[in-house]
Amino acid sequence: MAIRTEQTAPENMEQAAFAPRRGRVSGRLLPYFLVLPTLLVILAVGIYPMLDSFWVSILDNPLVFHPNIVGLANYFQVLSDPVFQEALRTTLIFTVISVCLEMLLGFGVALLMNRAFAGRGAVRAAILVPWAFPTVVSAQMWLLMYNDQVGIITTLLQRMHLLAPGATMLGSSQGVLLASLITDIWKTTPFAALLLLAGLQVIPSSLYEAASIDGANRWQQLWRITLPMLKSQLLVVLLFRTLDAIRVFDLFYVFGGQSVPSLASYANLKMFAGTPGDFAPGVATAVLVFLIGVVISLVLVSMMRETIKRA
Amino acid sequence: MLAQQDRVSYAQRAKQKRDVARLWDALGRSLAVVLVVFFSLAPLYWTLITSLKGPLEMFTSPPTLFPHAPDLSNYFQVFQSPFFLPTLRNSALIASTTTLLSLLVGILCAYATARLRFAGRPAVLSLVLSINMFPFIAMVGPLFVLFTGPLYLYNTYGALIIPDLLLTLPLTIWFLNSFFREMPGDLEEAARIDGASRLRFLRSILIPLAAPGVFSVAILSFIAVWNDFLFGLTLTSDEQAQPVTVGITRFNSEHVIAYGQLAAASIVVTIPLVILVLLLQRRIVAGLTAGAVKG
Repeated sequence: MAIRTEQTAPENMEQAAFAPRRGRVSGRLLPYFLVLPTLLVILAVGIYPMLDSFWVSILDNPLVFHPNIVGLANYFQVLSDPVFQEALRTTLIFTVISVCLEMLLGFGVALLMNRAFAGRGAVRAAILVPWAFPTVVSAQMWLLMYNDQVGIITTLLQRMHLLAPGATMLGSSQGVLLASLITDIWKTTPFAALLLLAGLQVIPSSLYEAASIDGANRWQQLWRITLPMLKSQLLVVLLFRTLDAIRVFDLFYVFGGQSVPSLASYANLKMFAGTPGDFAPGVATAVLVFLIGVVISLVLVSMMRETIKRA
Repeated sequence: MLAQQDRVSYAQRAKQKRDVARLWDALGRSLAVVLVVFFSLAPLYWTLITSLKGPLEMFTSPPTLFPHAPDLSNYFQVFQSPFFLPTLRNSALIASTTTLLSLLVGILCAYATARLRFAGRPAVLSLVLSINMFPFIAMVGPLFVLFTGPLYLYNTYGALIIPDLLLTLPLTIWFLNSFFREMPGDLEEAARIDGASRLRFLRSILIPLAAPGVFSVAILSFIAVWNDFLFGLTLTSDEQAQPVTVGITRFNSEHVIAYGQLAAASIVVTIPLVILVLLLQRRIVAGLTAGAVKG
């Protein structure tokens, strides 16, 4: 399915707009009445808490009756905390590697599924299974394989002498990162694959036919036809996956716990596992996650605009 | 004569080469398919066999790849635990209520954005989409402050249904928007000539016609809420309102991990999802790509 930024309205719309008004609600205002409940919900549940988090992040303790405003002190406290710096690094590394690999693998799976073959439905069902699972349950399932007592992965790694006897992947921060990456790739590659597949399916096959008549080999077709035609789709997946990866929570909550947090799980630990004075710094961390996301979206959306303009 | 022979053998060789290439291609493809399916399903298999192992077999080293003496005791323990069934019920109730609410609100918005022309329509759609990309951790703090103070909802269904709407509304609106747009325009014209108001047309013609779409979006919403962990973890405290995603983590406490029960509980929570996926994969794929691709 292609990106449609301009919605084409049904043709009868203009006629309908001039038809005599019959409802109690005036025809011109009707659309606004229809979108009003949605806007109210989004305002109350989305925008208000989001903006409120900026306010809460500059208080000393939002849970008491009359909190004091402390300016950016919470931000300074968080930014100078080595655990935060480590969490920031972990999250950024996780984001870059997981997004790159998921797009690469997702593209591969999409290419694989773009041709009819026996068992294509089975592949699609199989890759949808991880997608449908709750992330936190997926993490528990992988924990059953990573742990030191009953885990098959630990046993295999120990056999291959990649792990010392008695050690687990989850014992080191690199190991936690690797474990989270594997689980995330397992879980979200299907999403990337299905979106890219939808993009592949709208590329006209005549392009490939013309190219092969002109003697272009498969590799050339991939670089000259598939990738350029898929560019906007790739950017959409890139945007979605990056924003999703930067807020990663469940995986690090399960695998990293207190010792190897991501930004979001660090924020959660601060808010709910620290002293009352840690609550606002936790919120400040969450605001930072939001700001990083905003920067990423601005960059990627401007890239998208350019490709759409050029196309 | 000689030249002709040469040409024939050249053609033969080319054909042979093509055949070999095709064979490699098919081999590579099958190998990739096997790998993808294996990687996708291996964790599910491991969880399933772990859930069927008895206490003795659980800790044999190396771990067994097939349960030698399948044993359902983990499942009995899971269902007897004081929190598993209540949290399972909470999840089911919260997910269905949220789905219904967001359908109620979302259908109206999707209809307006799909079939009526008004200033600000693109803005509404992009706002709805961008909400989905907010880092939800940033909302948790303010919601916690709100729900433990001025609007006391902490540890109730309301504390989860309200923020969970953020997970379902964007999906509902984007999917139904594309679904409604594909409905023929003459229908509405005919209904209007017959004197039906827009709302009546929506209720008695469009929604029944769009039933398959409404159904798939309901499934997607249900899955989205069922899978929430962050809100459940932070805005509820016990089995009165806790969802099952949080309930399950209780088998993995700080001191001891009850592996067998963790596995059995994971299977119970995910089997409904596996069945849904198998039955509705086409619809799910359609919904997934419609809701997410039109940036």
